[in-house]
Amino acid sequence: MSLIFDHVSYTYSIGSGYETKALSDVSLKIGEREFIGIIGHTGSGKSTLVQHMNGLLKATEGKIYYNGEDIYDKDYDLKDLRTQVGMVFQYPEHQLFETSVFEDVKFGPRNQGLDEQEVTLRAYEALTKVKFPEDRFDQSPFDLSGGQKRRAAIAGVLAMKPAILILDEPTAGLDPKGRDEILGMISDMHNTVGNTIVLVSHSMEDVAEYVDRIIVMDEGSVLYDGTPSEVFSHYKKLEEIGLAAPEVTYLMHELADRGIPVDVNATTIEEACESIAAYYGRTGI
Amino acid sequence: MMREITIGQYYPAKSVIHSLDPRVKLFGTLMYIIALFIANSVSGFVFMTIVLSGIIIMSKVPFGYMVKGLKAIVVLLVVAGLFNLFLTPGIPVFTFWKFSISMAGIRGAALMVFRMIYLIIGTSIMSLTTTPNQLTDGLEKSMRPLSAIGVPVHEIAMMMSIALRFIPILTEETDKIMKAQMARGADFDSGGIIRKAKALVPLLVPLFVSAFRRANDLALAMEARCYNGGEGRTKMKPLSYETRDGIAYLIILIAFIGIIAVEIFRKKIGFI
Repeated sequence: MSLIFDHVSYTYSIGSGYETKALSDVSLKIGEREFIGIIGHTGSGKSTLVQHMNGLLKATEGKIYYNGEDIYDKDYDLKDLRTQVGMVFQYPEHQLFETSVFEDVKFGPRNQGLDEQEVTLRAYEALTKVKFPEDRFDQSPFDLSGGQKRRAAIAGVLAMKPAILILDEPTAGLDPKGRDEILGMISDMHNTVGNTIVLVSHSMEDVAEYVDRIIVMDEGSVLYDGTPSEVFSHYKKLEEIGLAAPEVTYLMHELADRGIPVDVNATTIEEACESIAAYYGRTGI
Repeated sequence: MMREITIGQYYPAKSVIHSLDPRVKLFGTLMYIIALFIANSVSGFVFMTIVLSGIIIMSKVPFGYMVKGLKAIVVLLVVAGLFNLFLTPGIPVFTFWKFSISMAGIRGAALMVFRMIYLIIGTSIMSLTTTPNQLTDGLEKSMRPLSAIGVPVHEIAMMMSIALRFIPILTEETDKIMKAQMARGADFDSGGIIRKAKALVPLLVPLFVSAFRRANDLALAMEARCYNGGEGRTKMKPLSYETRDGIAYLIILIAFIGIIAVEIFRKKIGFI
């Protein structure tokens, strides 16, 4: 599985007086089993970028290839692409519509043309994977809490068994506990299922702990693309564009500046703890 | 995909027409419509063409934008034109099978078609150069005298501005919901009427839920700010006339007298 962006640009509302360039000259490659975080300020083009991945938006310039095939080719089956590249939007309210959660999750696989038994099986699997409480399968999706709605929405896409799962701000509007639960669930899923996950977020803190590659978007183009520690080493530039590196990065740099030789590339609290403890001659926490 | 809908669409530009007081534009549009019905001859329409071209050039809105609105009435135009062409009695100049076309028919059809096209273009200039807020403000102020006879002018204006404000919000929402469902393999384009209607359910349910939620939120927000109707309510940007508005009124009146004069004069000398 590979998804390649070749010099992709996108302009909204061409010829209406409201023209805005949302993406300019983006080139990148997404491969197998990756866990990617796409980060950017509001209006940096991150949502526009991911909507190109499953062909919901058509680039005004440039090409996109999925498994080597040009997705803008006349004969290319975009409906099939959308089941391969699953996408969960920011607001679960935008997709939940059925009378029960279980029925709603069935919508995706049913559109794939699978037989009813397979559809039911997949819906059950997906809901279990997102750790949705089984006694609520028959509840109306409109009566759920924010976190549960989000789980139901993710399950609705997961049931199509996509090779890439894109999540646009999956933690928006959740409290810290709900956020950790959702992100932990996504991370667990990545480890067990091994599919590629693209996580869109505006919070470094969210992403740093889980992903192994970060793409920073700024004003429609890719500013940085690398491992979390590579990206966070530019923490001063990140601040300039309105993003911040995780607290840990600041702490480690501050300590290093004061002459304590700790690892400034630590990105999670655990790594930082080890590094500091190691300096004081201890191991473990 | 939903962005193509152009109901009440505003085209941002800096032009004389844009900066006019909405009341002037409302009055101007009204006079323009009356003038279109006074114009009943080739000379009259030549005059109206000059006036309309002047306004189009001054408005700095691309011409293609105004023509967009015509697409919706193409069928109506064709039908009305054909009826006028064939069913107007008179001396036939052209006959085939059971149909005959008279000079009066050609004239009637041409005037009818031009009148409708000009009507659409003229009124779309109004909505292209005036923001919905300005428009309702202008309406509210122009209709103020009616409140004396018990017409709830403020409430009507408020309802209008809320409705207009919700058009872009709900279009955007529709776009997002469509995308979310398309990402789950929904197909809105193929199949017969029944399949297409069924395919709309995943779109309409979230849309209605969201519309009701938004209406509820808006009502709460208005109440929280002690909104209780138009009584004693002041405006952040009160409408006030400037010199250019006076000049505009004058030009509108001159043009209106102009069309009447053209029609009378033409009749006197028997011109087409």
